[in-house]
Amino acid sequence: MSEFSLWDIVYNLLLAGRWTVLLSLTAFVLGGIVGLLLLMVRTAGNPWVVRFVRGYVELFQGTPLLMQLFIVFFGLPLIGLDVSPWVAATFGLTLFTSAFLTEIWRGCVESVGKGQWEASASLGMNFTQQMRYIVLPQALRIAIPPTVGFSVQVVKGTAVASIIGFVELTKAGTMITNATYAPFTVYGCVAVMYFLICYPLSLFARHLEGKFRNVAR
Amino acid sequence: MAYKFDFGAIVPHWELLVDGMILTAELTVIGAVVGVGLGIMGAWARASRAPVISQIVGVYVELIRNTPFLVQLFFIFFGLPALGVKLTEFQAAVLAMIVNLGAYSTEIIRAGILAIPQGQIEAAQSLAMNRVQIFRYVVLLPALKKIWPALSSQIVIVMLGSSVCSQIAAEELTFGANYIQAINFRAFEVYFVVTGLYLVMSILLRMGLKVLGNYLFERRRHV
Repeated sequence: MSEFSLWDIVYNLLLAGRWTVLLSLTAFVLGGIVGLLLLMVRTAGNPWVVRFVRGYVELFQGTPLLMQLFIVFFGLPLIGLDVSPWVAATFGLTLFTSAFLTEIWRGCVESVGKGQWEASASLGMNFTQQMRYIVLPQALRIAIPPTVGFSVQVVKGTAVASIIGFVELTKAGTMITNATYAPFTVYGCVAVMYFLICYPLSLFARHLEGKFRNVAR
Repeated sequence: MAYKFDFGAIVPHWELLVDGMILTAELTVIGAVVGVGLGIMGAWARASRAPVISQIVGVYVELIRNTPFLVQLFFIFFGLPALGVKLTEFQAAVLAMIVNLGAYSTEIIRAGILAIPQGQIEAAQSLAMNRVQIFRYVVLLPALKKIWPALSSQIVIVMLGSSVCSQIAAEELTFGANYIQAINFRAFEVYFVVTGLYLVMSILLRMGLKVLGNYLFERRRHV
C-alpha cells in the first residue's frame, strides 16, 4: 500500500477543489441568468406566468437538492440526452439556484415603492424602461447582500453533486478516505477547504449588509 | 421514444417508502426539538456577557454554517470513530442534524433576541424578575415569536437536507428510493415519486409549524 502524507491528501483535495469552485461559479452564473429571466416575466404580471413561477419556486424549495439532481441525472437520458455527472450537476444546480435567486430578487423588486412604478409610467415609460432605469437600479442595492449570502448555499450545494458521481471536493474526500483509511484527517481537511471558500463569502455578505444599512440611514 | 414509463413497478415496494418516510419524520422531529433547544442555549450564550463562551459558540456557528451538511455527516459518521466515538447510522444522522440546526437556529434566535428593546429588560428588572425569568418571559418568547417564520423555513431545509443521510445508510426516505431502484431499475419513476413525497412532507411540516407557532405564541399572550 502506498503511503499518503498529509501533503498528498491536501494536494489531491486542492485539485478536486477546483471542480467545486468551477461548478459553483457555473451554477451561480447560469442560475442568476435564469433567475433574472423568471423575475422579469413574473414582474411583467401575466397571472399564468406568476402562477408558474410560484410553482417553480415552491417545487425547488420544497424538495431535496439530492432528489432534483437524481431526477435530472436519471431523467435526461430518458429524453435521449446522454448526460455526464458534470452536465447533470450543472443543470440541476442551475435550476436550484435560479429558483432561490428569483425568490430573493422578487422581494427586492417588491420593496421598491409602488409610487416609483406609477411615476415612471406617468412619464410614458414602457415596462422594459421602467425595469431598466427605475426599478432594477434601486432593487440591485438591496439585492446584493442576500445574493452574496446565497452563493454560500450554492457552494455547499455542490457537495451533494458528489452523490451522483461528480468528482469534486467531497467525492475526492471519500475516494482518498478509501485509500488511506484516515477519515478523520481527510474529512477534516475537506471541511476546512469548504470553510476557506465559504467563510470569506459570508464575511463579505455581512460587510455589504452593514454598508447598506448605513446608506439606508 | 423507446422508453416506457412504469410507475406501477414501485407499488410492490410501497412499504419501504412508508418506512422511509417514518424514519425521515423521526429524524426531523428529534433534530428539530433538540436542535432548536441547542440554538436557544447558543443564543443565550452569544447574548451573555461572558466573552469566552460567546466566542466559542461563535466559532461553532461559523464552522457549521460554512461547511456542507454532507461533509459534517461524513465527519461524524466516518471521522469520529477514530476518536473512539462509534455511532450507529441513525445516531450519526440525528447528531449531524442537531449540530447543523443548532448552529443555524443560534444565529436566527440571536437575531430575535437582539430585536428585543432594552427597555423591556429594564422594566422586567424593575419588577424584580431574576435573570432566568427575564430570559424566559421577556426575551425568549417574544424573540421566538418574531423569528418563528425564519426558524420554520430552517427546519424545513434541515428536513430536506436529511435526504443525504442515505449516504451513510440511514434508512430514511431517500435510502428507500435507492433500494427500490436497485431492485427494479426504475430510477426515474422512483425518484419522481419520492420527490413528490418530499414535497408533500415539506408542505405538511410547514403547515404543522405554523399551527404550532399559533399555539405557542398567540395563546400565551393572554396569560
